[in-house]
Amino acid sequence: MSRKKQSEEREPNDDPVHIRIRNLHKSYGNHHVLKGIDIDVLRGKTNVVIGPSGSGKSVLMRQIIRLEKPDEGEILVDGRDYAQLRGMELERTRRSMGMVFQASALFDSMTVFDNVAFPLREHSTLSKKEIRDRVMDRLQSLGIGHAATKWPAELSGGMQRRVAVARATVLETEILIYDEPTTGLDPMTVKTVDELIAETEEKFGVTSLVISHDMASVFRIADRLTFLHFGTVIASGSPAELLENATGPFMEYVEAAGVREDLIASRRGS
Amino acid sequence: MADATAAPVDPDREQGGKKEEPKGPGFLERGLETLLSPFAELGVLARMLFDTLFWAVRPPYRFRLLIEAAEFIGVGSIFIVGLTGFFTGAVLGLQLVDGFRQFGAQSQTGAVVAMAMAREIGPVFSALMVSSRAGSAMTTEIGSMRVSDQINALMTMAVNPIQYLIVPRVLAGIVMVPILTMLFNIIGMFGAYLLSVYVMGIDPGVFVGRAQWIVDVPDVVQGLIKASIFGATICLIACRQGFYASGGAAGVGRATNRAVVHSAVAILALDYVVTAVVLGQGL
Repeated sequence: MSRKKQSEEREPNDDPVHIRIRNLHKSYGNHHVLKGIDIDVLRGKTNVVIGPSGSGKSVLMRQIIRLEKPDEGEILVDGRDYAQLRGMELERTRRSMGMVFQASALFDSMTVFDNVAFPLREHSTLSKKEIRDRVMDRLQSLGIGHAATKWPAELSGGMQRRVAVARATVLETEILIYDEPTTGLDPMTVKTVDELIAETEEKFGVTSLVISHDMASVFRIADRLTFLHFGTVIASGSPAELLENATGPFMEYVEAAGVREDLIASRRGS
Repeated sequence: MADATAAPVDPDREQGGKKEEPKGPGFLERGLETLLSPFAELGVLARMLFDTLFWAVRPPYRFRLLIEAAEFIGVGSIFIVGLTGFFTGAVLGLQLVDGFRQFGAQSQTGAVVAMAMAREIGPVFSALMVSSRAGSAMTTEIGSMRVSDQINALMTMAVNPIQYLIVPRVLAGIVMVPILTMLFNIIGMFGAYLLSVYVMGIDPGVFVGRAQWIVDVPDVVQGLIKASIFGATICLIACRQGFYASGGAAGVGRATNRAVVHSAVAILALDYVVTAVVLGQGL
């Protein structure tokens, strides 16, 4: 299907909730990992899911992007149940979502340019020149136009994330999912990635869903925060609201993460 | 189809410290598992073969990937196949002339070498060489893509990884291994000719004449059919091992090791089965 036809199919949607996840369950054998998750992902905002290791964050991400099929529950994307889609309809809906993996997952056999051009070559009927223009435009808008001919291995972690974002958004993606985007990065690069998430949201108007356990980063970027604890949602709301009413495991998590008191105070004040 | 391509998730990892103390399987369970594991592996391969055939006929058709895979499997293996072909032919010539002299049948050397090359040695040795060189590299490449989430990235970009990664390689194996087999046969015969004629003193006319007399088109076709089947099998095994690799770099190493061993066993086992089917006896 051509991009033009796709864009014609998309109608502006005023619903502030982009993805509604309802009663989502996932088990592996006897391990019940997701135990009835309910989350609202807000349109055009940065939605962050946090939680300790083993809380089911990555499993949740795998269900949302449909790398796996949930056992039970709904993933309503603009009203359509993504959990039940199959075949071509699933593929078409997948194109409206982009994913930035923890280690960027760039194709190491391709240059930066080819990585970003890949979705266009696969799913559009654009000419070579149009693809080149669009890829270069996307790379330049993310400040990495000079790296087009480089190989992924030649880039720093922060630049790799930028390329991954360029690749994930080049098909005019509506939803962008980040899987622990700051893991393994130095503090300066973490800050750069945080800015990149905000910048991407602003420039391309995407809905961002960030899976993370980096609390300092979370409080910098999150419009809405969901705390996952052993497969259930135990707190959800704006960061300020959650800090205000923090109790139990969420409070312990915030304290254990060593989020600076002044940062907490500043968020309380905001 | 999407779920069949997803990487296995380790639920223990996802459960953190909450999992119960694991109980190891009993002696009987372990024995049963060992007995059944080859059948389970055959099941996985059959499923992957089905998916490969399914996605091979569905558009989009990526001819560029097919050419690249053919170049890697075929052109990249020319030297090693040619080299092993030469020495195999040469040693066959040497041994057969020496052996046949004991009962005065050295004039049959050309015939025996040609028949053995066309029917058995050409396809089996070529496939073993391709498996060691290209198969192991395929497993490593696809395995690395699996453990670094590149296969998941393909899926999130609505590109079926079986269609993108496995279909071109299996098709290239089907086409290129027979071509390499022909090359092996030609160079092998040349090696046997050199040794038999110039070192062991066999008459060149007798050598060539006997080879032409005994080997017919069906013998060569039998070898090429085998080569095609071996090509598909080794590429499928290599891709299967890489595709479901897990456990980081060490896991990819183990997968590569399994791919080479499984391919070698499969080539020799299938060689018997195909020969028995073609000859209509021995089953």
